[in-house]
Amino acid sequence: MPQSADNVLDHFELFRGPEYQQMLANKKKMFENPRDPAEVERVREWAKTPEYKELNFAREALTVNPAKACQPLGAVFAAVGFEETIPFVHGSQGCVAYYRSHFSRHFKEPSSCVSSSMTEDAAVFGGLNNMIDGLANTYNMYKPKMISVSTTCMAEVIGDDLNAFIKTAKEKGSVPAEYDVPFAHTPAFVGSHITGYDNVMKGIFEHFWDGKAGTTAKLERVPNEKINFIGGFDGYTVGNLREIKRIFNLMGVDYTILADNSDVWDTPTDGEFRMYDGGTTLEEAANALHAKATISMQEYCTEKTLPFIGNHGHEVLAFNHPVGVTATDKFLMEVSRITGKPIPEELAKERGRLVDAIADSNAHIHGKKFAIYGDPDLCLGLAGFLLELGAEPTTVLATNGNQKWADKVQALFDSSPFGGNCKVYPGKDLWHMRSLLFTEPVDFLIGNTYGKYLERDTGTPLIRIGFPVFDRHHHHRYPVWGYQGGMNVLVWILDKIFDTIDQNTIVPAKTDYSYDIIR
Amino acid sequence: MSLANTQSVAEIKARNKELIAEVLKVYPEKTAKRRAKHLNVHESGKSDCGVKSNIKSIPGVMTIRGCAYAGSKGVVWGPIKDMIHISHGPVGCGQYSWAARRNYYIGTTGIDTFVTMQFTSDFQEKDIVFGGDKKLAKIMDEIQELFPLNNGITVQSECPIGLIGDDIEAVSKSKSKEYDGKTIVPVRCEGFRGVSQSLGHHIANDAIRDWVFDKMDPNAAPRFEQSPYDVAIIGDYNIGGDAWSSRILLEEMGLRVIAQWSGDGSLAELEATPKAKLNVLHCYRSMNYISRHMEEKFGIPWCEYNFFGPSKIAESLRKIAAYFDDKIKEGAERVIAKYQPLMDAVIAKYRPRLEGKTVMLYVGGLRPRHVIGAYEDLGMEVVGTGYEFAHNDDYQRTAQHYVKDGTIIYDDVTGYEFEKFVEKIQPDLVGSGIKEKYVFQKMGVPFRQMHSWDYSGPYHGYDGFAIFARDMDMAINAPIWKMAKTPWKTDSKPTLLAAE
Repeated sequence: MPQSADNVLDHFELFRGPEYQQMLANKKKMFENPRDPAEVERVREWAKTPEYKELNFAREALTVNPAKACQPLGAVFAAVGFEETIPFVHGSQGCVAYYRSHFSRHFKEPSSCVSSSMTEDAAVFGGLNNMIDGLANTYNMYKPKMISVSTTCMAEVIGDDLNAFIKTAKEKGSVPAEYDVPFAHTPAFVGSHITGYDNVMKGIFEHFWDGKAGTTAKLERVPNEKINFIGGFDGYTVGNLREIKRIFNLMGVDYTILADNSDVWDTPTDGEFRMYDGGTTLEEAANALHAKATISMQEYCTEKTLPFIGNHGHEVLAFNHPVGVTATDKFLMEVSRITGKPIPEELAKERGRLVDAIADSNAHIHGKKFAIYGDPDLCLGLAGFLLELGAEPTTVLATNGNQKWADKVQALFDSSPFGGNCKVYPGKDLWHMRSLLFTEPVDFLIGNTYGKYLERDTGTPLIRIGFPVFDRHHHHRYPVWGYQGGMNVLVWILDKIFDTIDQNTIVPAKTDYSYDIIR
Repeated sequence: MSLANTQSVAEIKARNKELIAEVLKVYPEKTAKRRAKHLNVHESGKSDCGVKSNIKSIPGVMTIRGCAYAGSKGVVWGPIKDMIHISHGPVGCGQYSWAARRNYYIGTTGIDTFVTMQFTSDFQEKDIVFGGDKKLAKIMDEIQELFPLNNGITVQSECPIGLIGDDIEAVSKSKSKEYDGKTIVPVRCEGFRGVSQSLGHHIANDAIRDWVFDKMDPNAAPRFEQSPYDVAIIGDYNIGGDAWSSRILLEEMGLRVIAQWSGDGSLAELEATPKAKLNVLHCYRSMNYISRHMEEKFGIPWCEYNFFGPSKIAESLRKIAAYFDDKIKEGAERVIAKYQPLMDAVIAKYRPRLEGKTVMLYVGGLRPRHVIGAYEDLGMEVVGTGYEFAHNDDYQRTAQHYVKDGTIIYDDVTGYEFEKFVEKIQPDLVGSGIKEKYVFQKMGVPFRQMHSWDYSGPYHGYDGFAIFARDMDMAINAPIWKMAKTPWKTDSKPTLLAAE
């Protein structure tokens, strides 16, 4: 009997014992009708070949292990960034259970969100009653300052009209007539989670700036000296937004973070559950119209929002998830240009410290090959950083990246002598990546938690950067933006490199001559 | 610490009734009326818990429930390891449920085994407009080419499929024919069907009946010789290895487990099950349908059992053995005796640390009742419980065999209600899901996820009980909970939502 009260064995040890091993072997042999092990081995090896890769890349219909989620997830991500706002997802309720679980697994935080719980009758008659009852219940129970409505694919397929429904619900007294219920249609069969983020952001500004769905006058822009900052869909939102605030405060910039979800996803454990915490106030969201400029940290998360803002008389500019020295330089200099505020000496010193760290360590990274996957902007940011470290972002893949994005990545490759052998893959998934890691091997893989299956199958060490990260804790609390953020990314990469060297030199009397204590 | 320990049952009942009345005040009148039917204080001797169940969730209240797709793909079908399960529709459903349930299995993933992979048709607008049947057919061809060792395919429908009028049955039939009678199973588990995961379980069960059992060649030679001791484990999803730590006991008592449904299960095991002498059923809610079907069609009796905690395990082993001869009955006694010292040691170690502690549960399936015995083995008391997607037969079983007089019962609880109940009752532990975990931990209340075992487990069987006891102790007695309150603040008692 392997189990004991003194030394309780967990699942990762318990089933290794002879009793269980024997049991599982018998199960397989007797009852599973298993494939011939030689055949399994043959197919396993075949799946590593260029021939398999060619078949794999010829896929037209099947998607396997995609690195993207659906629009409504991004909708929720954006909505919780506003003060005491509850996301209200119109459609099937199971979707909301999924978004809440997904965010809670990443941030290790509560994620509040409601559904209009549409079922078969709503599929036939439309979800108007669900909207009427749902808004009334949410408003009374959770006392939000704003309810941000988005949709699931179900509501989109049957063609529910949010604008009309919300109007009717207000007429029926679900919420007061003047109460803020911005909305956005976020069909899951268009784009990805970053599209949903974009649609909700645009929907909220449209609501506040353009007359609240025809119920009030449009706001008149009265220009001021503030700047707006939009982070985009970002797994590091907690660490990143706090870092951006610190940087802006150091510079003396007057700013508004739009959709600031850094507090609601990092609440203290002190005896009180904060369903709402922090966030962009509704007043700030409205007054953002008057700002001098709006900066988006992620171009592909704001493809509709930025032009919308631009049409309201702002300067708008977008970055691609800047990581590292050059990208941060550019970001800060643009902020400085727009605001007229000089970059303070303290940030120059931080820059110098990051350069110093890279100078100390780049010998271990130089010339190493990396495969990267993730959202389009993150891929660009990380690829840019690797290039300045003298590494090669050999393979860059975004399931939700398009050709325009691919051209931008290619231009980045072309700008550096280290980009010569690099290739970009728009619209591909992690089963494509698996083939690439076999046929065009790299030294390290950068991606989210799902990358661990690639690490297992191909032996490529995984550096976890992206969303979601379920199986490592608290990384979302660290920034990856700013020079400090660059430092974090540098350290994560270096830690994996050194761990890998140690793993490969650890066998006594065989390889441990290189098991060095100084590196 | 716990209020429940210091009060009489009458006082507890009065308090719980008052609490229910109080939470209902937050709702608009119509909603309050509807929710009132789902909340109750259990009266011992009653045949059920006195709550309505399996009714539509109310819009906007923050139900914790999922959908039919989650019940079929996520629960019943997903763990069948040698088949490829296509999440048919937009990308999200498959993405959020990808490998999230820890249904353990042995196999070479991506080659002959596919559980922790996400196969999706990734519907685009054109698929909605023009239909997705052609794409589905092509997907099946591509699966055959790239994953030649798969033993079958299921089509797990997401919401749009049923709304745009796709004929996945026709596609499945024609492709099955093209691939020499390959098992291809269309499942109509669109998320808008029914009121919760529950209908998805039922639809998935029916799909096994119609597309696996009914398609089998009755004259095919059996893959193994039958024995009088053949049983199938039904309704164990092998979360953290639960089915394995259960199987080992059944085998030790002399039975032969010919199939696992569906954790670490295979198509061959599904197909072999009609030959079982007895189906042993753990999760009644999700797999009673197929058990009843096999009873009617093949004359296989089924027997519910409970492998949480030594009391219920021993009771269950004897109950199962009663279907067999003396050899098996003796086997059951031998197994119980073998593990008694381990159980004694576990209880001696943990019971003193947990005696008198109170627990509130809110889970799905069988757990809101099945785990009560395990807590009681540790001297703990369950003071509140509720189901996400139970039917009345679940509440009958709960009332008749599990809960104590005065227990507060909440069906399809809302976020608001659950938080308020916990705040007022102040249990020593809450057992629920990932969406609830951090809410209660913020309040300073120890918590264990009772769907995923908080990434631990197994919790089934004797080996699992040792882990269960250790985990409950570590949750409740972790030093961190004494530090939740800020020492220089005098009044930091938990406060409710912004609503208060």
